[in-house]
Amino acid sequence: MSVFASYEVAKRADGARWVLGLAFLVLSAAFFKAQVLERDKFRTVAGSNRLRPIKLPSPRGYILDRNGLAIAENIPGYSIKLLASREDSLRAVLARLLAYVPQDSVNVETVVRRWRAARFQPAEVFASGEDRIVATLEEHRAALPGLVIQAEPRRNYPPGYAVAHLVGYVGEVSEAEMNSGKFDEAGLGEMVGKQGLEVEYDSMLRGQEGTRYVEVTAKGNTVGTLPITGSVRPVPGTNIQTTIDLPLQRFIDSMWRADLPEKRGAMIAMTPKGEVLAYYSHPSFDPNDFIGGISSAEYAVYHEDSDNPLLDRVINGRYPPASPFKLAIATMALRRGLVTMDSRMTTPCNGGYRFGNRVYKCWKRDGGHGSLTLTEAIKTSCDVYFYQLGLLLGEDALLEDGKLLGLSDPSGIDMEQEKRGNFPRSVKDYINSRGQSAWSRGEVLNLAIGQGRNTQTLANMVSFYAALAGDGIKRPPHIYQERPGAKEYDLGLNAEQLAGLRHAMSEVVRSGTAGASGGREFDVAGKTGSGQVSNQKDIGWFIGFAPADSAKIVVGIQVEEGEHGALVAKYVVRAIGRYLQGAGSPAIKTNFTPPLTEDTTLPTDSLQSDSTTTTPTTTATLRQGPGRKVGTRR
Amino acid sequence: MNRGIDRTLLGVVVVLSILGVLVLYSAGQTDFHSGGEGRWIRQIAWLAVASVVAATSYRVSFRILEWAAPWLYGFGLALLSVTLIVGRGFGTGAGSKSWLAIGDVRLGQPVELAKLATILMLARWFAARREPPNTLRGLLPPVMIALIPALLVLKQPDLGSAIVFAGILFAMLFWAGVAPSLLILLVSPVISLLIAWNTALWSVWMVLLFVLLLIWRPFIFEAIAVYLANSAMGVIYIVVWGKLATYQQERLLSFLNPENYRKGPGYQALQSKVAIGSGGWFGAGFTLGTQKRSGYIPEHWTDFVFTVVGEEFGFVGVMVVLGLLITLLFVLIRIARRASDPYASLVVFGVVGLIFTHIYENIGMSVSLMPITGIPLPFFSFGGSFLVAMFIALGLAFRASGEARASGYLES
Repeated sequence: MSVFASYEVAKRADGARWVLGLAFLVLSAAFFKAQVLERDKFRTVAGSNRLRPIKLPSPRGYILDRNGLAIAENIPGYSIKLLASREDSLRAVLARLLAYVPQDSVNVETVVRRWRAARFQPAEVFASGEDRIVATLEEHRAALPGLVIQAEPRRNYPPGYAVAHLVGYVGEVSEAEMNSGKFDEAGLGEMVGKQGLEVEYDSMLRGQEGTRYVEVTAKGNTVGTLPITGSVRPVPGTNIQTTIDLPLQRFIDSMWRADLPEKRGAMIAMTPKGEVLAYYSHPSFDPNDFIGGISSAEYAVYHEDSDNPLLDRVINGRYPPASPFKLAIATMALRRGLVTMDSRMTTPCNGGYRFGNRVYKCWKRDGGHGSLTLTEAIKTSCDVYFYQLGLLLGEDALLEDGKLLGLSDPSGIDMEQEKRGNFPRSVKDYINSRGQSAWSRGEVLNLAIGQGRNTQTLANMVSFYAALAGDGIKRPPHIYQERPGAKEYDLGLNAEQLAGLRHAMSEVVRSGTAGASGGREFDVAGKTGSGQVSNQKDIGWFIGFAPADSAKIVVGIQVEEGEHGALVAKYVVRAIGRYLQGAGSPAIKTNFTPPLTEDTTLPTDSLQSDSTTTTPTTTATLRQGPGRKVGTRR
Repeated sequence: MNRGIDRTLLGVVVVLSILGVLVLYSAGQTDFHSGGEGRWIRQIAWLAVASVVAATSYRVSFRILEWAAPWLYGFGLALLSVTLIVGRGFGTGAGSKSWLAIGDVRLGQPVELAKLATILMLARWFAARREPPNTLRGLLPPVMIALIPALLVLKQPDLGSAIVFAGILFAMLFWAGVAPSLLILLVSPVISLLIAWNTALWSVWMVLLFVLLLIWRPFIFEAIAVYLANSAMGVIYIVVWGKLATYQQERLLSFLNPENYRKGPGYQALQSKVAIGSGGWFGAGFTLGTQKRSGYIPEHWTDFVFTVVGEEFGFVGVMVVLGLLITLLFVLIRIARRASDPYASLVVFGVVGLIFTHIYENIGMSVSLMPITGIPLPFFSFGGSFLVAMFIALGLAFRASGEARASGYLES
């Protein structure tokens, strides 16, 4: 083997030694340069001075309505932090600091805990200092070594209460969130979205924190920025322009607070294509209370409120869908070709329907509705008609079509906390979920009138009605953009069938169960409902759209203990009226630059004249969602 | 057979091990509670375990290893694959899947075993051949042997270990007698990829490559393939760049352009350099490094352990340690040269490639000579997996040395 002959190997061994020798020479040269030639430079840095990274917060992107009105914005604020080299010196400075501020506003142990988590970064004392406190501390700076007062944009929600569930709020990233990797690259103490749009679009809104290095002495006093360090500018977050119509949103909020102040419920408005115009849950809360940390006492008030204001009833309230669900049953029967709009059932309504050994009642017990067509059954919301329609479909078809119409899925709205309603996907699923041994056929009758083992969210029901009002495709509603992977469902109705259902719903408002709502004025079509919940008054539902044949807006309301849909329909009509008449102004093309500030004052004067300090002036350009029409409306 | 131990190798290993423990002891001496004060004792325990393992591997015949190489290699790949699925991240590498663990009990990092298995497998492939491959196509099998585990660890993602596989491969190709010109052609697309960000530099390289191809005259198809591959690299580097994880991009960017990139990795590199630079000629003294004491040196147990050496022992101390490390490598090269059979020789030289790549990546990183990749420094970094793997390799080197002398090696 000639390549391993000893002289050959010896030659290669020499070659290898040369290569290694050269490599180590390069390494040695690098150490010589750093340790001998540049040692003075590095000693200056290391000896008496230390680098401290100071985080520069990135201004969060604005959340705007469809016309550029601010739903979430930033206002100037100050954070007050302390740099310390040791825990006892931190405690000493904190004790002095407490003399200048209200005693109960600072929790010493919390500050110490923050400091321990990141010793070489300033520990936050106040997330949002008031001007007065800032001025006082500024005055006593000499007694407070390591004090860092940083201009930090503070989140603000101008519409406050009206948009709480829609926009959510922000808060400091929790340890659990950091460990879960939910917010990639969110560092300690960074503000992240916690609820609503703030969390759904956090990665766009957040931007990137910047860093600046300052030089401090061993005692923790800042002496200046280091010439050899640069700073990384914060990258501001992206603004997002939603489809929300803020005036309509505010209108709904004030209407609810004036007329239904004690009622729990929710309302959502969207276009037939699924662009959400308003999104409201009541009771609500002021998201501004949550900024900069909410005290546990304040939180407890919200948390322990029996009306549960923190619950988003649009997407997380699951209720029996009641009569509005009859349109889903009608859709199933029509798409399967079992009936037409003029079909009559074998048994006319006399106030009840005998099935097995039980009589299932119609809501109109005295005399009943008589013999009805499907159109008339929708108009009068006749239960007996739909019991029979349900039996005609049979349980398998009913549950199968529920899946195809998207009734056993979440609506797919761009809100990550959305829950799906509870509609059994199959007979087996039904049996498993109830722990029952068998399917009882009477359940078909319950499901056919939107009762029984069926709960839906308002968002999903309204999304279904948007499909009826539009082109028969149930699209995932969206507030900013469609969620990737959200499903569309084709209702499978032809134009004639769609028109027939719309006509029937139009009759509901003209002379049917919602005849008193005043919806005729705006050519509203819709469906009332009252969902039965044990131990409670009925849930009032109404989902309507207008104009009936060329709908521009679909609005749904759900009121807990609202007793009957007929009583709540007028609120939908008013919202529709407000939208069709009041929001006629063309879209304002916004060219809007949020004020971005980055101004940190540090303990010494040398910093304030620091030439490396950068003030990013970013022209934030608005993102226009794809295909969004912000067009004119009559 | 004369089982006399190679005393030079033993001496270097013992001295380096003691130094490593001392440095780890010093790493625990900080002004704040770091929780690592007792790690040097644990390292001693690991050294004991590793020594027992080395004594065992010393007793394994190279014939058995040669026979078992494919099985060990397959086992290594299987472990790496399993790690990709159930692997966990700990400590500084929390974001990557590099550990096998049951609950919170860490079993080890399979990549260290895979490195050894790859050496054994490559050695078997080369030892079975009369002549080394003299075409690029002939190099395909050994390249694949190293590439598969490298890709698996890249997926973890662990760029540093992937580079180690490349180091092992090139060391062994060289030792197997593959012509250096062929090695340069083989590595040329990577060079192309690395300099593609600078169009002018890349153009010069392409011209140079053309000239080299004319001079070396490989097969015409291979020449075309090499040239096309180089051209393609200039185009696809953007794609490759996009595929790298953000932290890998950051590390490379901060290496190329530290001034603009001081947040994460740039900050680490800077702090490491400050600490080393402040060491001067003679250093701050054992356990006295102020940057280390205040916690400015990042990862000073593992990735940046050499920074402690630089700060506390100064340039002189650094030279001593570098001298010891290169002595170790030279002793291993000598063993590889004297080995009584090609298989043993190749294995030992593969170990040279392994240890050298670790040393160069780790120490180079602490003075910003190499990008930050985070692989352990032999004898110094805290941790068991690599230490045990390295001692297995050293056990084999001891055996190769013993066998050579037993077979009557004569200096020619």
